Parts: sequence; structure tokens; C-alpha cells
Amino acid sequence: MKYISTRLFRSLLTLIIVVTVVFLLMRMMPIEGYFGANFDKLDEAQKTVKLQNLGLLDPWYTQLKNFYTDLLKGNLGESITYRPKVAITKILGDKLITSLKLGMSSLVVSLVLGLGLGILMARFKGKFMDKLGTVYVVGANAVPAVIYYLLIQVFFTDIFNLPLLYDKSNPKSWILPILCLSLVNIAYYAMWIRRYMVDELNKDYVRLARAKGLTNKEIMSKHVMRNAFVPMAQYLPASILYTVSGSIYVESLFSIPGTGGLLVTAIQRQDNTLVQALVLLYSSIGIIGLMLGDILMAAFDPRIKLANEGGSR
Amino acid sequence: MSSKKIIGKMADSIDPSLFDFAEYDESKSELTGYSNYSFWRSTVQVFMKNKVAVALLILMVCVIIFTVIQPYLPNQKSPTQIYINPETNLQYRNVQPNDEFRFGTNSIGQDLWARIWSGTRTSLFIGVAVGLFEALVGITIGALWGYVRKLDAIITEIYNVWDNIPSTVVLIILTYIMKPGISTIIFAMCMTGWLEMARFVRNLIIIIRDREYNLASRCLGTPTNRIITKNLLPYLVSVIMLRMALAIPAAIGNEVFLSYIGMGLPLDIPSLGNLINEGRALMMDPNQRYQLFFPAAVISVVTISFYVIGNVFADSADPRNHV
Repeated sequence: MKYISTRLFRSLLTLIIVVTVVFLLMRMMPIEGYFGANFDKLDEAQKTVKLQNLGLLDPWYTQLKNFYTDLLKGNLGESITYRPKVAITKILGDKLITSLKLGMSSLVVSLVLGLGLGILMARFKGKFMDKLGTVYVVGANAVPAVIYYLLIQVFFTDIFNLPLLYDKSNPKSWILPILCLSLVNIAYYAMWIRRYMVDELNKDYVRLARAKGLTNKEIMSKHVMRNAFVPMAQYLPASILYTVSGSIYVESLFSIPGTGGLLVTAIQRQDNTLVQALVLLYSSIGIIGLMLGDILMAAFDPRIKLANEGGSR
Repeated sequence: MSSKKIIGKMADSIDPSLFDFAEYDESKSELTGYSNYSFWRSTVQVFMKNKVAVALLILMVCVIIFTVIQPYLPNQKSPTQIYINPETNLQYRNVQPNDEFRFGTNSIGQDLWARIWSGTRTSLFIGVAVGLFEALVGITIGALWGYVRKLDAIITEIYNVWDNIPSTVVLIILTYIMKPGISTIIFAMCMTGWLEMARFVRNLIIIIRDREYNLASRCLGTPTNRIITKNLLPYLVSVIMLRMALAIPAAIGNEVFLSYIGMGLPLDIPSLGNLINEGRALMMDPNQRYQLFFPAAVISVVTISFYVIGNVFADSADPRNHV
């Protein structure tokens, strides 16, 4: 318990620094973004008035102070350029749910397929199945994702007669986005579970289990799988939480109204409050996910004690 | 005087042939446990056993040489010139691949073949530059982080903060603040890329720093630079080479990503990211898909090759895999 509270405190400190750094970086950007296409049409006085109304002409420490006072009141502020005068929470709400729904479905798909593939690869190590899986893992990891997303969109829509774009009410249109989202993760899970299982298979306790007459299947399910799953447990909470950040490629290709491109758009349009809110959200997700992962790992494996490794991360 | 004489006499009685160089005899040398193990020779030997990696390495060497000399070969078109059909006086727009334009032309009449090789050159240059910088900064900071105990807490805190800023934010803001161009993109990628390398090096150094063999070396009075080059470096080489080899596909992917969101290189510089983007705009027309497929194929081959070569080399540079 003491470990968790110290860790929470440190994380909070990190979070504050991160948000402050991003806050200052945003203020360093040129002012064109605040005006969009109208920049050249406005004269100096008009620009000054607009910046003043947005509170951007105050010294940076005043702006920072206002930001944190608002934040303490639980107020993330209003969007300034993306959808002017709309509360950030309202913009985020629907988008988060869309991304979360797709992301969770893809996570389930990739866990099932990824673990299955990885276990198959470990069992038939060095055989054809393993080699085929390795080719897939290498391809998915090395090639920039957008390339096979584009190919999938071009060909699979024709071959399987699936809708090209996402439609909330048509479940058939969800297949391709979920497939795209899963491809990299399947490779990731397959690679890790294979590596851990191969590592575990070479250990003494497996030899003992074999010596006392357990079948291959029993060794796999009762001993190896359990041990191999422990390191995976560390990443699981973070990957669940990260699904809310969406995928910029998939969401723009299939025109899904999710959070994927939001950060990029917000930065391009210089919507400071939106960027700050998003960075705050993503960073806290990262920190909390990591912490939950460590706790989950300790719960799975009694050999791991959290208090000893405090601060090592 | 007399003691000198005695020493001289004793020296005379020693058989001078003892001080001759012995002839090298492998079977005798094995008796004393000497082995002619060489780190690099074993690495190369293990690497050569993997036929796929060797084939890809040869392929990549050919590709790199070709991208460099391609503009100087005869009958090559310029990647940026717009070609105009002398008969109709119009641009050669979206010409299908033929004898003159091997990969066809793009929507304003530029030669896709020349643009792809020029783009590969740009992207590879970005990748190599980022990889080298990452190695340099990553190793330096990682080594300090791991070796100097006082710095550990400070750098860990800096790492935590920097790692928690989404790299997309850093990439985009940097490309926004600075002028778009190759150097900006390299700088932006370096700013986000060195973190992982530093962490890898740090963790490795912490693991092997206080191993018994290093302790023994230190007790025997081995100078620090020999400890670093003979004891630590062979362990680090595999990781460093892996990270550098993977930095190239990663940089190409990042460049594609930045171009995709419209923050990449200026459009007049052919790069693989820009080419993919041009192809993407036309991909719904089956006749124009070659403009997406050719760059996509080149990117896939290059990234997969570097990925495989890096991984196989890392395995073979690991002393544990040497027999």
C-alpha cells in the first residue's frame, strides 16, 4: 500500500511536468494556426483582439496558472479552434466510446489469435508452422502499417464485398477496421508468447514434469502457459487503456469518428486546450496502465514483490 | 661487482632457447586452455549460416549501391522534371508502365521509376542518419545512466517525463516550429528515438557492470578502457546493431506517417512517404493502382530486409550463440 501511494505521488509529479512542458511547447508555435485560412485576410488589430480574447497575450505564467486553477476545479476548458466554444468533455465523449468499442473488439480478436498463433509456433518450434508465423510477425512489424492497411482496403472490399467505409449501424463495416487494428497486435502477442514459452520449455521444472510422466499437453497447459503469461500480464492493462487513443491510420482510412486523428488535428489547428486535455488523458493512461500492469503481474506471480523494485522503472 | 658477476654467471647457465618464440601448435595450445576465439570472426560465421539473412544483405547492398549510382546511369529520367508529350504538347499524365517510363508516370507527368529511387535514397539517408544519431546519443547517455550511480535518479526522472509525452506531439510540434525539410525531420525523429536506445544500454550495463568476471578484471588491475572494450562492448554490440538496424525501418515508417498527416517533407522532394501519399490518392481507380504498388513494394522489401538483417545480426553478435 505504501508502495502504491508513493508511486501515485511520483506519477502525479511526472504528469504535471509533462503537461507543463506540452503547454509551453504549444505556446512556442507560430500564431497562424489560431486563425486557420483567415490568417492573411485579417489585419494586425483584428489579430491582436482575437488573441487577447483567447487569453493568449497574457504572460505564460499567468496562462499556466489559469490552466491549473481550472483543472483543479475539474474544468478541462473549451475548444478554441477545433469546435469553438464547445466543452472538451463533450467533444471527447462520443469519440472515446467509438474508439474504445473498436479497440476492445480488436484487442479480444488479437489476444485470441495472437496467443493461439504464438502457442502453435512454440509447440512446432523450427517446423513449418513456426516459420510461417515468423514471416507474418516480421512482415507486420517491419512494414509501415499504412501500406498493408491500404492494400486491405483496396482488395478486401472487392473480394469479400465488404463496405469501404465505417457505418455505425452496419456491423459488416466493422470487420475491416477491426482486422486492420488487430494485425500488428496479433504479431506482437504471438512473438512474445512464443519467446516466453520457448524460454520456459528449457527450464528444469519442465524436465522434472516430463520425468515424472506428465504428457506434453499437461505440461503446456498446467506449467508453461501459466509462467509464460506472467510477463504478458504486465502489458495487458496498458493495452486495454490505450485503445481509447485510437489509430490515426485506420480511423482516417475508414472514416471512423474516433479519437485517432484528434491529437494531430488539434495540434495543426493549435487548439491549445484540446491538446492539453488529450496529452493529460494519454499520459495518465500510460502511467496508470503501467502501474496496474505491475500490480497485476505481482498478483499472478507470488515471487514478484513490488516494494523491492520501487523506483526502478 | 661480485654480485653482478654472480647474476651474470646464473644468467649464463640458463638455456637461451627458452626465450625463443615457440612454434604455434594448435593441439598443444588447447592443453593450456587457449583458444583462438575471435568475437568478430564468430559473429560473421554465425551470421553466414542464415541463408535468408545473407541473401537479404546482398540484396540491400545492391539496392543501396543502385540508389546511389542510379542518377548517373544512361537513359535515366530526372525525378522532378515534368515530361511533356511532344505530339500533343500535354504532360504525360498517369502513363501506364511502358518501355520509356518503366514504372509509369504520376498525375503531373513525372517519371515514377526515377522518383522511387530518389525517394528510396532520401528515406534511406534519413534512416541511416537517425540510426547513427540514436546510437551515438543513446549509448553515451545510456552508459552514463548505467555506470554513474549518482546520475541514475536524475536521468530516470527525465526519462519518465520525456517518455510520457506522446511522441506524435513532439514530432508534430517540432516539424511545425522548424522549417519543413530533411534536416528538420531527422532532428524531430532523433529527439524521440534516442530514449529507447538509452534505456536498453542502461539496463544492459547495469546487468553486466557488477558481474563476477568484471569484478575479477577490476581486481586484477585491468584498465577501464580494456574492461569496456573487451568485457562490456561485446555484450552491447548485439543490442546496438539491432537498434540501429531497426531504426531504419522505423524512420521510414515515421516518414510515411508524417507525410500521411501532411507534415512530412515538402512535396517537391521525392520520398517514399510522399510517393505513398500520391499513390493513395489514386488507389480507388484500378488502372492507377501501380502508383501505390511500386512504392509500397520497395518500402516493404527495404524495411523487411533491414529488420531481418538486424535481428539475425543481433543473434549472431550475442556471445552466447558462439560455440
